[in-house]
Amino acid sequence: MTFEDLQLGSILVSTVRNAPVLIFAAMAGLFAERSGVIDIGLEGKILASAFVSAAVAFTTRNPWLGIMAGMGVSVALALLQGFVAVTQKGNQLVGGIAINIAMSGLTFVVAQYFFQQGGRTPDLGDARLFDIVLPGSAAVADIPFLGWFYTKLIGGHSVLVYLAFALVPLVHWFLYHSRFGLRLRACGENPHAADAAGVSVEGTRYAAMLIAGVLCSFSGAYLAIVQSGFFLRDMSAGAGYLALTAMVFGNWRPVYTFLGCLMFGFFGAVQIQLEGVDLPVIGRIPGALIQMVPYVVTVIVLAGLMAKSVAPKAIGVPFVKSR
Amino acid sequence: MTPAVEFRNISKHFGAVKANTDVSFSIAKGAIHGLVGENGAGKSTLMSILYGYYRADGGEILLDGKAQQIHNSHEAIGLGIGMVHQHFMLVENMTVLDNVMLGSEGGFRLREHRAETEKKLREICQRYRLDVDPLATIHDLSVGAQQRVEILKQIYRSANILILDEPTAVLTAQETESLFEILKLFKEQGKTIILITHKLQEIMDITDTVTVMRGGRVVGAVETAATSKEELANMMVGRPIENNLPRAPYNPGKPVLEVKNLQLVDDNGVKLLQDIGFTLRAGEIVAIAGVSGNGQSELMEILSGMKLPTSGAVDFEGKALPYPKGGDADGLPTKFRELGIGHVPEDRLRDGVIKAFSVMHNTFFGYQDKVRNKWGLIDFKGIAQRCAGLLKEFDVRPANPDLRIGLLSGGNQQKVVIAREVLAKPKLMLVGQPTRGVDIGTIESIHTQLLALRDQGVAILLVSVELEEVRALADRILVMCGGKITGELKIDEFDTTRIGLLMGGMHKH
Amino acid sequence: MTTNDMPRWATGFVLPILNLLSALLVAALAIHLMGEDPLESLQILINSAVVNPEGLSYTLFYASTFIFTGLAVSIAMQAGLFNIGAEGQMYFGGLGLTLAMLAFDATLPWYLLILTGILGAALFGALWAFIPGYLQAKRGSHIVVTTIMFNFICASLMNFVIVKYLIPPGEQNTASRVFSSAAEMPRLGEWFTVLGDTPLNISFFLAILALAAYGIVMSRSSWGYKVRALGLNQHAAHYAGVKISAMIIIVMAISGALAGLGSVNSIMGSTHYLSLNFVGGAGFVGIAIALMGRQHPVGIFLSAVLFGALIQGGFDLSLEKPNIPTETFIFIQGLIILFCGAMENLYAPAIIKLLKSRKG
Repeated sequence: MTFEDLQLGSILVSTVRNAPVLIFAAMAGLFAERSGVIDIGLEGKILASAFVSAAVAFTTRNPWLGIMAGMGVSVALALLQGFVAVTQKGNQLVGGIAINIAMSGLTFVVAQYFFQQGGRTPDLGDARLFDIVLPGSAAVADIPFLGWFYTKLIGGHSVLVYLAFALVPLVHWFLYHSRFGLRLRACGENPHAADAAGVSVEGTRYAAMLIAGVLCSFSGAYLAIVQSGFFLRDMSAGAGYLALTAMVFGNWRPVYTFLGCLMFGFFGAVQIQLEGVDLPVIGRIPGALIQMVPYVVTVIVLAGLMAKSVAPKAIGVPFVKSR
Repeated sequence: MTPAVEFRNISKHFGAVKANTDVSFSIAKGAIHGLVGENGAGKSTLMSILYGYYRADGGEILLDGKAQQIHNSHEAIGLGIGMVHQHFMLVENMTVLDNVMLGSEGGFRLREHRAETEKKLREICQRYRLDVDPLATIHDLSVGAQQRVEILKQIYRSANILILDEPTAVLTAQETESLFEILKLFKEQGKTIILITHKLQEIMDITDTVTVMRGGRVVGAVETAATSKEELANMMVGRPIENNLPRAPYNPGKPVLEVKNLQLVDDNGVKLLQDIGFTLRAGEIVAIAGVSGNGQSELMEILSGMKLPTSGAVDFEGKALPYPKGGDADGLPTKFRELGIGHVPEDRLRDGVIKAFSVMHNTFFGYQDKVRNKWGLIDFKGIAQRCAGLLKEFDVRPANPDLRIGLLSGGNQQKVVIAREVLAKPKLMLVGQPTRGVDIGTIESIHTQLLALRDQGVAILLVSVELEEVRALADRILVMCGGKITGELKIDEFDTTRIGLLMGGMHKH
Repeated sequence: MTTNDMPRWATGFVLPILNLLSALLVAALAIHLMGEDPLESLQILINSAVVNPEGLSYTLFYASTFIFTGLAVSIAMQAGLFNIGAEGQMYFGGLGLTLAMLAFDATLPWYLLILTGILGAALFGALWAFIPGYLQAKRGSHIVVTTIMFNFICASLMNFVIVKYLIPPGEQNTASRVFSSAAEMPRLGEWFTVLGDTPLNISFFLAILALAAYGIVMSRSSWGYKVRALGLNQHAAHYAGVKISAMIIIVMAISGALAGLGSVNSIMGSTHYLSLNFVGGAGFVGIAIALMGRQHPVGIFLSAVLFGALIQGGFDLSLEKPNIPTETFIFIQGLIILFCGAMENLYAPAIIKLLKSRKG
C-alpha cells in the first residue's frame, strides 16, 4: 500500500467511532476527580460493564437491557470506590488498581462459567444497536464530498456515538453552570470552603462517583455491544488509562479532555492504516511506536513541559472536618 | 440600649484546660469592639462559641437582648453573625461571584441567580468601598483583596455582627488603612464589629470599646477613649511574673550567632521578616517574645536550615552559614547540625519526631549519619546504652526505649527531643515553644535543663509566646511584631507594660 | 484510641489476617456461586502447591519472581511512593538481560554470563523507574500516573524492539532466539531429583539474599532509616536533614532494579529467551504482595509464597475444575489488594472497641 492509498476519509470515520469509548470513560473520570476522588478504576468499570451488558444483551436479545445491567454493575463498583475514598478514607489509588485487577479476573471467570467459550460471550448477532441513518441520506449519497460527509462521517453511527458527542457540551454545562457542578468543583478544590458554605462534601463525592459509574458504563457497553458485538477478556485494552491520560492532557476540563479523546482515537485509527505503509521520508512506522505516542505525550504534559497540568487541588486527600 | 451581643458567665473547658472561665461583657450595637489578649487568653475560643463551632459548658449568649442557642455555624449565619477567619475559606480557581454563591445558589441553574447576585455584590462593594470585581478570579487577587471578598461574603449574607480574627496579620500598612476605612463604613450602617487582635495601635486607632482577656478570664472592659496603650498592655500581660530558678551569673562569651539584615518575602509579596538583626553570645539565652504569627516561626526555620531567607546573612561562629544561592533548603538542616546548631522545633509532632518510631529510634533522629559504622549500619548497641542513660537523666516516663513515641505524653516526647539535641553537644540551641502541650511538672524540669545548658556555655535562642517562660529563662529579650523586632530589653529591665507595648506593635523610639 | 495508638500486635497481625481472610471469604463465595465447593478447591490447591514436592518447587519458582517485584513495590512504598510500574520495569529489565545474553553468551563463561545478565536486568529496570522518579522529585509529576504510562510505553516499545530486531530470521514466534546453554541458571532439580523437571533455580536463593539485604538495610542502616522517615513524615524528614529529591530518585532506581531482577528468574532460570509479555502480571502481583506483607521481609516472603501457591495450585485446580480457571486468581489478587490495601482499616474500629472494653 502506498501513501496515496491512505484513506483520510476512513481514518476520520474511524476516529469518530473510536472516540466514544474514551469519551464516556473520560467524562466519568472527570466527575470523580473534579470532586476530589482519584479514579484509577475506570478500566475495571469498563470491563465489568462491557461483560455484563454483552451477557445480558445476549440473554435477553435486548441491547437496552444490557446497557441498563452494565450501568448497575459499574455504579456498584463506583460506589465501592466512593466507600473507600470517603468513608474509609483509604488509599484511592490502591482501591482503583484493586478494582481493575479484580474485574480483569472476574469478568473472564464469570463469562467462562456462563458461556463456556473461553471467557468471552457469544456473538450478539442482531441484539446490537442499530446505526442511525440521517434523513435524506439516500438523496445526498452521491454528491462528491458532502455525500460522504453527511452519510458516513456525521450520519450512520450508532446512537451511543451521538450520545457520547452530545455528552461533552452537557457535561460542560453541568459542571460550570449548574448548582451541583459548582458544589462539586468546590469539593475538589477546597473542601473546607465547601463545608463552611454548607455543602456536604461526603454526599457530593458519593454523588460524583455515582455519575462516574453511570457514564463509565456506556464506555463498556459501547465496546461490547456496538464496536465488537461480544465481550472478550481484557477487551478494554488500556482504554481506562487512556481516558485518564486524556483527562490529564485536557487539564481536567471537559472540552479539552474531549479533544484529547479525539486525538487518541485518531492515533488509534492512523495506527491501523499506517501498518505496512511506506511514508515518503520516514519509511514504515511500526504500529507499536504509534501506539506509544499518546502515553509519551502524557508524560511530557505531566513533566510540565507542554502546558501546566493543574489537577483539582484537593484531589486524593480524604476530607476530614477541621472542627 | 440593648447591646448587640452580651456574654453572661460563659465557661468552656477542653479536658483539663479551662479556655474560658466566667466570661461576661457586652458589645453595643454599632460599635467597633476590640478583643485583646495574648496566645491562650481565650479570645478565639469565645468567638468560636459565638460562631457556633463550640458549645459553651456554662453561661449564655444574648443577641439583641434575647438568649440564643447557637449550635453550628449555619445557625450563626442565620442569626446575622459573620466571621472572617485568618485562613480564608475561598476556592482559588473560581470567581468572587461563584465563591459567594457557593452554598446559596438560589436554584439548579446558576445563570438566573448569577446576574442578580452580581448586581447585589456591586451594590455592596460600592456602599462599603470594597473595591472588588465580582468577576475576578480569587487567585488573581492580592491577599488584602481576598480578605475583602471574605468580608463581602459576610455582608451578602446579611451579617449584622462581623467578627474579624487577626485581620491585619497578612496585610500591608496600606491595606490595613483601607480595611479600617471599610470598617468605619460598616459602623455608619449600624453594623457591629468585633476585632480580635493583639496589636495595641489598632485598638487605639479604630475601636470604641475594648475587652482584655487573660488566662481565660476578662481582666478589663473599657472604653478606648478612656484608656491608654500602657494600661491595655498592663492588663494584657500584667501579672506578677516571678523568676525562681537558679542560674549562674550573666557572663556571655564570644558571639556565636550574628544575624544581619534578614528578610523573608513570601510568594504573595507579604514581608514575613523585615530587617532582622541581632547577636547571640555563648552562655546566654536570648528569648524572642511576641504573639505567634509575627515571623518567629519563620526565623527559626531559617536559622535551622529548613528554609532559605530572601536576603540577608547569618554568621555562625564568625563564618557565614552556607545558604545555597537559588534552589531550596533540601538537605540543609544536616549541614547546620554538623556545624553545631541544635534545634528543638516548635511543632514537635510535625517536625521533631516520627510518631511511629520507637523512643530509641527518635533519640538519633537528625543524627542518623553520625551513629553509623563504616558499613552504614546503625550502632544500635551504643544507641541503646545512650538511650538508657538519656531516659534516666531526663526522667522520661515510661522509660521504655521500645515504646512508640506517639504513645508518650507531650511532655515526655519533648524531653526526648531536648535530650537528643543536648546529646549532640551543640554550640547553639534553637528552641521553639519548648513547653507547648507540656504538663506543669515537666515545664520546670525543661527550664532547669535549658538553664544548665546556658551555664555550660551554650548559646540559646528561645522563641516563646509564654511570658512566664521568657521571664524564667531569658538573659535578654527581643520582642517581635509584624515581622520586625520592635524592641530589646535586658532581663532586669523586664517590665510587663513595656513588653506588652512591644508585643502590641509599638516600636521603641 | 486511633489506629496509630493500637498495639503492634493488632496492627501487625490481627488486622492483616482479618483483611486476608475477608478477601479469601469473598473468593470462596464466588467459587461457591459457580457451583464448586470452596473447601474442596482449597484442598486441591494445597495438595498441588505445597504437599506435592514438584508442585512445591513450582510454587517457589513463581515466588522467586514475586519476591523481587514485591520488594520493588515495598521499598518504594517505604519512601511513600506508589510504584505501579514494576510490570514495565521488569519487562525492560528483561530487555537488558537479553541484550547482555545476545552479546556475550557465545564468549563468556557461565559465571560471568550470569553476572552480566543480572547486571543488565538491574540496570535496565533501574533506568525505567529512574525517569518517573526524576519527574516526581524535580517536576512534581505524580509517580502513579507516570509509572502507569511507562508500563504502556514499555509494552509498545518492546513490541517494536522484539518484532523488528530480535526475532531470528525464519521464525514466527514473537521472541528472541534461545540463549546458549551457558546462560542457564542452574536448576535445583539437578540436585534434588525429587523435584522432578522443575524450573526452580538458584534465582530463588538470589531472591532470599535480596530479602535479607532489604531487611538489614531497611531496619539497620541509616539510609533505610531515612527512607522510612521520608515515607512516614516528609516534614520531619526535612527537619532531620534528609535530601528528599535525591532520595526519591535513588529509591525509585533501586525499586526498578529489583523489579528488573525478577526477569532473571523467568528468563535465565526458565525460558532462556525473551518473549512478548513474558512478565504476565508479575508486576501487579508485586503490589498485592507489598500490601499484604506490609513491606516486611518476612511478610513479603510469605505473601510471595502464597501467591506462588495460588498460581501453581490454581493451574492444577483449573485443570480439574473448568469452572475455576486460572483467571480466578487474578480476581483473588484484586480482592487482596482491595482488603489489604485500600480498606486496611476496615476492622480497626471494631478492634479498638474490643480493646477499650477489655481495658475498662
